[in-house]
Amino acid sequence: MTDASLRTPDAAADSGGDGTPLLELVDVGKHFAGITAITGASLALYPGRVMGLVGNNGAGKSTLVRIVSGVQQPDEGHVAWQGEPVRLRNPRQARGLGIDTVYQELALADDLDATANIFLNREISRGWGPFRVTSSKRMRREAAALFEKFAIQVPASGTEVRQMSGGQRQGVAIARALLGGSKVLLLDEPTAALGVEESGHVEDLVLRLRDHGVAILLVSHSVDQLLKLCDDLCVLRRGRMVGVYSRRDLTGSDVVSLIVGADAS
Amino acid sequence: MSAPAVPDERVAAVSPVRRLLVRPELGALIGAVVVFVFFALLSSTFRSADGVANWLDPASTLGIMAVAVALLMIGGEFDLSAGVLTGTTGLAVTILATRFGLNVWLAVLLSLVLALAVGLANGYVVTRTKLPSFIVTLGMFLVLQGLNLGVTKLLTGNVLVGGLVGRSGFDSAHLVFASSVVLGGTYFKVSIVWWLVLTVLATLVLLRTRFGNWVFAVGGDANAARKVGVPATRTSMALFATTATAAWLVGTITALRNTSAQADAGVGDELTFIVAAVIGGCLLTGGFGSAVGASLGALIFGMTSVGIVYAGWDADWYKLFLGAMLLLAVFANQFVRRYAERRRRS
Repeated sequence: MTDASLRTPDAAADSGGDGTPLLELVDVGKHFAGITAITGASLALYPGRVMGLVGNNGAGKSTLVRIVSGVQQPDEGHVAWQGEPVRLRNPRQARGLGIDTVYQELALADDLDATANIFLNREISRGWGPFRVTSSKRMRREAAALFEKFAIQVPASGTEVRQMSGGQRQGVAIARALLGGSKVLLLDEPTAALGVEESGHVEDLVLRLRDHGVAILLVSHSVDQLLKLCDDLCVLRRGRMVGVYSRRDLTGSDVVSLIVGADAS
Repeated sequence: MSAPAVPDERVAAVSPVRRLLVRPELGALIGAVVVFVFFALLSSTFRSADGVANWLDPASTLGIMAVAVALLMIGGEFDLSAGVLTGTTGLAVTILATRFGLNVWLAVLLSLVLALAVGLANGYVVTRTKLPSFIVTLGMFLVLQGLNLGVTKLLTGNVLVGGLVGRSGFDSAHLVFASSVVLGGTYFKVSIVWWLVLTVLATLVLLRTRFGNWVFAVGGDANAARKVGVPATRTSMALFATTATAAWLVGTITALRNTSAQADAGVGDELTFIVAAVIGGCLLTGGFGSAVGASLGALIFGMTSVGIVYAGWDADWYKLFLGAMLLLAVFANQFVRRYAERRRRS
């Protein structure tokens, strides 16, 4: 790979999606008490495209994820939603726009089944005033339909999430985000704790989400996985953005060099 | 859509047998049936209508508390002050009506305010400090025990406050909280109605409302619940307030029934409530349990306490029997849960 093939963020964005990106970070930075967590990060997420986010520990991935999910606010640059500048003050506001994050720890209620989990705190209910009751049947039906649409192999009801496999739990967490009408999905190392077969299920799910027009930001340490799933790759190194690259231009060893910064090549 | 040729067993419909096995109240139901059959065989009085009315009575006051405590335990918390609070609220009603000359209804209302204050204080301290509710409510337990004795002695010079009869509002309040309902010639205490209504209500709330969902979620993993926006703090506060309200109801029922209140009433009952809830399938770790189960646990207690007397045994054996019952119930619940989970995985 020559230096000429390195694309600027803008070039990658231009070649990537069509029209306005759903979510765009422009020259975003965040500092903590004089330490730069991330600086000069620019990337654009388009419907139906997967952006990989890669870098060693301390490269700034987590900070970037927290900025996109609204947990932290950048002190440099700006975030744009469908072309309009926006401040993501908190996760709720981000979710309101359609930006959802599935964290590694998933944050599922282990004692509830899949349906109860994905409807937790947005239960469908009917009735009036204090006499509202939840419509279990309708929620079960909608959950089952959602699982079917994305081919998520999970029993909709009757089984506590505690008893499910890691991949199934990931499926439930992703379904929960989808149910909220999420347009942008941040997946934080979705297969880090999974075996080979389970990882395969989750990877297939990511591709199905992409095919359904979801914009995905995928944080992963697995170069193979990133090359398999991503359309574009955003590489961070020691708090700086190295660049956004099109998947087509990269080989596995390119990615590794970008991550560790072996500029000698 | 690439539907697999062979349906994945993980998404296959759950068998009705397993559904039944993992119900939290199954153990308590079997236990209640066994205890009933046991005493019914030993004593004909036990199975007579009068006998039934007799053992439903202690089951009802215990059941009201057990249901509330079960909700709290599903929500992941304990309340050790709930027993003494039944004494505090009863004393409040009696003292306010007899020593301060308030209308009984007003006294009952102020007693409710007091109970809610105690419950919300428990909830506030627990949610604010993140200390285990076991310790916080143990502190509240001792505070209330001291207050019950101290204030009662200070105001009345006695540990027994009586004289509710004839006070204004007593008759109507007695009718609502402490009267009996005649059914086929047998007198059933009205507290049984309160108990049944609350059990149904608690079950509906747990299984059919958003709040019920939150209770399970908060009890299982409060942080996970918070992440999806469940108001975990408010849910806990509401549960502590509910337990306190139940204690108020039981305290009021007891005071109006006896037309008096004792300064040491309710001490020690808090563990009985927890035992009933646990027999009913509640886990000490939260996130699992049932209101019906807790009621069945209370029923086992009621049947045992009265049944032992009917069988002609020394009532001293009551506690031993209950201890054995508790251990048995917990073993059975654990065994059934493990069995059910293993069946699914194999």
